[in-house]
Amino acid sequence: MMRIYADNAATTKMSNTAIQAMLPYMAEIYGNPSSLYTIGQEAKEALENARARVAKCIGAEPREIIFTSGGSEADNQAIVSAAKSGERRGKKHIISTAFEHHAVLHTLKKLEKEQGFEVTLLDVHANGIVTAEEVANAIREDTCLVTVMFANNEIGTVQPIAEIGAVCREKGVLFHTDAVQAAGHTTIDVKAQNIDMLSISAHKFHGPKGAGVLYAKKGIPLVNLIEGGAQERGKRAGTENVPAIMGLAAALEEATANIAAYEAKMIPLRDRLIAGLSEIPYGELNGDREHRLPGTVNFCFEGIEGESLLLLLDDKGVSASSGSACTSGSLDPSHVLLAIGRPHEVAHGSLRLSFGEDVTVEEIDYTIEAVKEVVAYLRGMSPFWRDLESGKRPHIFAK
Amino acid sequence: MALYSEKVMDHFRNPRNVGVMEDPSGVGEVGNPVCGDIMKIYLKIENDVITDVKFETFGCGSAIASSSMATELIKGKPLSEALELTNKAVTEALGGLPAHKLHCSVLAEEAIKAAVKDYYDKNGIAYDPAMFPEGCDCDHCGCH
Repeated sequence: MMRIYADNAATTKMSNTAIQAMLPYMAEIYGNPSSLYTIGQEAKEALENARARVAKCIGAEPREIIFTSGGSEADNQAIVSAAKSGERRGKKHIISTAFEHHAVLHTLKKLEKEQGFEVTLLDVHANGIVTAEEVANAIREDTCLVTVMFANNEIGTVQPIAEIGAVCREKGVLFHTDAVQAAGHTTIDVKAQNIDMLSISAHKFHGPKGAGVLYAKKGIPLVNLIEGGAQERGKRAGTENVPAIMGLAAALEEATANIAAYEAKMIPLRDRLIAGLSEIPYGELNGDREHRLPGTVNFCFEGIEGESLLLLLDDKGVSASSGSACTSGSLDPSHVLLAIGRPHEVAHGSLRLSFGEDVTVEEIDYTIEAVKEVVAYLRGMSPFWRDLESGKRPHIFAK
Repeated sequence: MALYSEKVMDHFRNPRNVGVMEDPSGVGEVGNPVCGDIMKIYLKIENDVITDVKFETFGCGSAIASSSMATELIKGKPLSEALELTNKAVTEALGGLPAHKLHCSVLAEEAIKAAVKDYYDKNGIAYDPAMFPEGCDCDHCGCH
């Protein structure tokens, strides 16, 4: 049986480059970068070298890079920092979108509840894209931060980041973007794209889990989430996870250098997958057809539930994910699918497939057939599907 | 550890009694598409005995497995026994369910009761309405 890993948006397999880059820092150069003897200073040197390389990948300065435990920590720190400096100037309004990652949404919710901030969540429309004009129109005198994700983690739509950044710069409002899904998958240039703060997570581009980056433009005051030693220029205490940071830097460099080749390979395969899955009646692609990540595809199918779809796909060797309530562990289906206007009954029947660059045409075709078979099988035992087919309930999608 | 027990996966992968029944004696349908699960149970009843049972389910793995197991537990049994089937019995027969999936076994119990009630209603058989409480009390979601 084929084993196809189609959940790269959840996490990726580590690249050999990343693993090799990490190994010396576990067994040989294991010193604490804060120590003054040789293996400590060697680790320190490696850490600063990694910082410079990461900075180069995104067009930043080394001193603008803070290593964190991952994307969630970076999102939290960026937002809390911007809120703190906004509050000092009497600005307590933040703009974001309805389909951000929970690391952003829950942090905003907390600022609202506990510190009296006002948050505007912009509509992301049926295509899963917010416009720069909508951001501009939402900015007020008291807006201290705009935070809009670079690319959505569930449906893969890419936002007009450079334009949103330009609007924020013009109005003098800080702009943060959660680039966890974008880094290593599409070009990031913080200067050209007018980004003030940005979050990255290593394990989304074949680096290790537990390592991330917060880029914060020079001059932006950061608030510590973790107090303690003076690591990371005093902005993030705790002994640096040197092996993971070395893996992060190596993986980001490799992915960034390969973006053109990655896009050239992945986009036709992604489009083949979209075309194949579009043959399933009463299903629809979620999010814009064009402005999307090269590896991420998300569909809703009427009449079926996502968890049973995933379990049967797993039996056929395909690892995928869904935004159904049953897989989210909550009572509601994915907030992302609801944000793009999918009704609950089809949001339960969603499927996200996210491929890595080692995917083959055969695997794409196998996946299409597997999804077709499983959807047809589950519809065959679904009283909901029977009602849709008999006209007892109205179809939501066109055939 | 896997999400589900072997028993659950067996009933999910090879559901027993799945399908539609022609001329059923009673049909029960519970759940709704907004919540992401619907169970429909068809009963053939002769002389107060369930001679045949079929189900259709829209829902997650445990919903399908719970329906399958529940139909197995009542097939060939007198109506009185079917009415005593609890979600706990379904869950135990499945070798347990994750806590947030217990709701699925409740749906199975309710679907059977709804089918029996339909049979009683269709045939003008008197019953105590307290036997068939309205709605689910498992707090899974507000819409049942």
